[in-house]
Amino acid sequence: MFDFLDRFMPGFLEMLLPRASEYAIEIDVLFDVITILVGFWFFLVLGYFFYLIFRYRHRPGQKAEYVTGETHKQKQAIEIPHLLILACDIAIIVPTFVVWYNIKIDIPPPEEEVRIVSQQWAWTFYHAGQDGVLGTDDDVASVNELRLKKNVQYTYHLESKDVMHSFSIPVFRLKQDAVPGRVISGHFKPIMEGEWDVQCAEMCGVAHGIMGARVIIESEEEHNAWLAAKTPEQAGDNLVAAIEETLSVAKEDRNNG
Amino acid sequence: MAEVAHADVAHDDHHDHHEQSFWSKYVFSTDHKIIGFQYMFTGMAMALIGGYFAYVFRMQLAFPGSSIPFWGTLSPAAYNSLVTNHGTIMIFWVAMPVLIAAMGNFLIPLMIGCDDMVFPRINRLSYQIFLISAIVLIISFFVPGGGFGGAWTSYPPLSAKAEYNSTPFGAPLWLIAVTLEIVAFLLGGINFITTVMNARAKGMKLYDIPIIVWMIVIASILFMCSVGPLVAGAVMLLFDQTLGTAFFDPVAGGDPVLWQHLFWFFGHPEVYVVLLPAMGIVGEITCTFARKKLFGYKLVLYSSVGLGILSFFVWAHHQFISGVDPRATYLFTTTTLLISIPVAIMIFAFIATLYGGSIRFTTAMLFGLAFTGEFLLGGVTGIWLGSSGTDIYLHDTYFVLAHFHYTFVPIAIIAPFAAIYYWFPKMFGRMMNETWGKIHFWGTIIPFNGIFIPLFILGAGGQHRRIYNFQNYPDLAGVDMQDMRVFATLSLVVMLMFQIVFIVNFIVSLKRGKKVGKNPWKANTLEWVAPSPPPHGNFGDTMPEVYRGPYEYSVEGREEDYWPQNEKPAES
Repeated sequence: MFDFLDRFMPGFLEMLLPRASEYAIEIDVLFDVITILVGFWFFLVLGYFFYLIFRYRHRPGQKAEYVTGETHKQKQAIEIPHLLILACDIAIIVPTFVVWYNIKIDIPPPEEEVRIVSQQWAWTFYHAGQDGVLGTDDDVASVNELRLKKNVQYTYHLESKDVMHSFSIPVFRLKQDAVPGRVISGHFKPIMEGEWDVQCAEMCGVAHGIMGARVIIESEEEHNAWLAAKTPEQAGDNLVAAIEETLSVAKEDRNNG
Repeated sequence: MAEVAHADVAHDDHHDHHEQSFWSKYVFSTDHKIIGFQYMFTGMAMALIGGYFAYVFRMQLAFPGSSIPFWGTLSPAAYNSLVTNHGTIMIFWVAMPVLIAAMGNFLIPLMIGCDDMVFPRINRLSYQIFLISAIVLIISFFVPGGGFGGAWTSYPPLSAKAEYNSTPFGAPLWLIAVTLEIVAFLLGGINFITTVMNARAKGMKLYDIPIIVWMIVIASILFMCSVGPLVAGAVMLLFDQTLGTAFFDPVAGGDPVLWQHLFWFFGHPEVYVVLLPAMGIVGEITCTFARKKLFGYKLVLYSSVGLGILSFFVWAHHQFISGVDPRATYLFTTTTLLISIPVAIMIFAFIATLYGGSIRFTTAMLFGLAFTGEFLLGGVTGIWLGSSGTDIYLHDTYFVLAHFHYTFVPIAIIAPFAAIYYWFPKMFGRMMNETWGKIHFWGTIIPFNGIFIPLFILGAGGQHRRIYNFQNYPDLAGVDMQDMRVFATLSLVVMLMFQIVFIVNFIVSLKRGKKVGKNPWKANTLEWVAPSPPPHGNFGDTMPEVYRGPYEYSVEGREEDYWPQNEKPAES
């Protein structure tokens, strides 16, 4: 349905950044639907507003009319537009529910899983090793670098070790807060090879501003080559180094007054 | 109750007959007008601090790492502290005091035709607690570890533990300051509601109350109903910070998302707490300068009540992606989109009021019209965020930031300017200079749009909030995006510069402005019956009586195009 609708949409978000996940198109279409409906009302009302300001500017000798806005006909002038607005609200709510269900509630059966652990201030990504199963001895951990295979349906399991973080990949149109004490699962399916930003989208302390990572989407062969070059679970040293690097930034002189 | 209250005021009057010292007249006054001024000037001073903070962190974003004039180089910790306190100050120490407390205190007794608030001493206490809260907040910037930097929403566990937020003193002081501020406004709100319900002029029925007074009353009720959970949450958070309890600590069995519910259950109605008085100001000004009756007075009034009730059922739209049950968003998306309707009714009513009018473009009216136009954009952009589907992407981006600045700048900056230009003659008995006022108007409105329109685009392009240097993100470090950031920052600098025009105009007009009589704008409401500026007790010996509604402008068959509420009808 979204593929079909997309043909008639201006694609505002795609002008700004690519759609690298399968469901990015759904959010983009929803964005466009809202932009068209809301934009219509906005410019109509704003135009009428400026027209009234111009039309009824004060001129010498001219007196204002006495309009109460309490008669039935005058009330209708307000009520009818609002029924139309209500109709537009419903036209937005329905696709919203569909998009929300597809992205956040209905998690398709995964072809592969990835575990994401956030902490002050680094991301650790646990990839399934050569066996393709997460939670076994050959898992490969990497710090601030998420490696994904193109056209593979992933389920992610998001955790936090300390405070709230938020896992955001703008090109996937994906965002999910990481809540300490919980494991929150979701899904995505990368559909485009390339390398993009991962941002932390929730204030998480002094070095929140540099808690970024990169997502690298590659072919199955490239991914396997990368896995083979890695020894399992080797994140430890990298993690310490990454956190120390951000800490050095965080410990810069406080200049606060 | 009214009799008791009046007796209390009369008692104060008795004391005031002899010459007052500066301290008892201006500092420890129980006069509602002086307390209103105290709130107004404190709010304006805090706005300067909040604006300065915005200047510093916008400079950092435009020219990362360079030395900022009047600050120096900005560390990440200081950046976080500045954005946190910019938000906190602008909402709790600018919007609240100027819109609710200053306008409420100054206008309510004058507009309903009584001599003072019914609880003048509670009123004085309210300001004193507010002043202490402001001082506590300012102290929190200078304690070891610096000011709190965990965002104005103060989500635990970050805000709950010094090992996470590295501000062992800043975080508790910030929380204490916010709590004190809330106590101050509870006291003020009780006073507003009681005064309006009990001390109206003879003949003033409920539908004769000016719309701004209604708005302040409804806002006060909203505030009183919504603030309980926040205060409870704040106390729990303070215990977590200082006593080591674990209300919000998942390691020991607490739940950090609980704070978000408590905070936003207050936080969303709070938006309407400040919106409604701003709407009221614009309603008054639109009627006066369009020489028109307010279109659908009852419609506006009922809409604001409906808005208030509905505002208690939308809070979780701030938490769509924060780990609440994903099914809950169906409910909150629906209520959030429905709340567009009462807001739109009020905006439409103001626009419809212009129909058939005779619009005078005074500075006050320009700011009033600008409020309507700018708030319209702020309101409609909420739809993208209220829709949970698009919120997955837009949450916590600059799109959100631009959206709420398009609502909060009209609320906390544009509407108060409109109010000051409009009521300045009543407050101080002199006019503000209109030419300089208009220069100030254009110098505020044009740069304001220059700041936030680029930020909408940046937000839609995936730029998140509260990041102190986007050069660390390859996708965001492009020249085009950086140019937009620079443009926004330069617009902010221009906007701030033009505020100097306002300050100079304000001060010069206090001394040299043209003296005016009681009713320079030919308005209907009762405050224009009192002398300018009104003396202690407001109306002198004869209290006004009310014979009609507040907006009888351009009534057919009358010579004058206005008809004051207190003018006796001709004998028939």
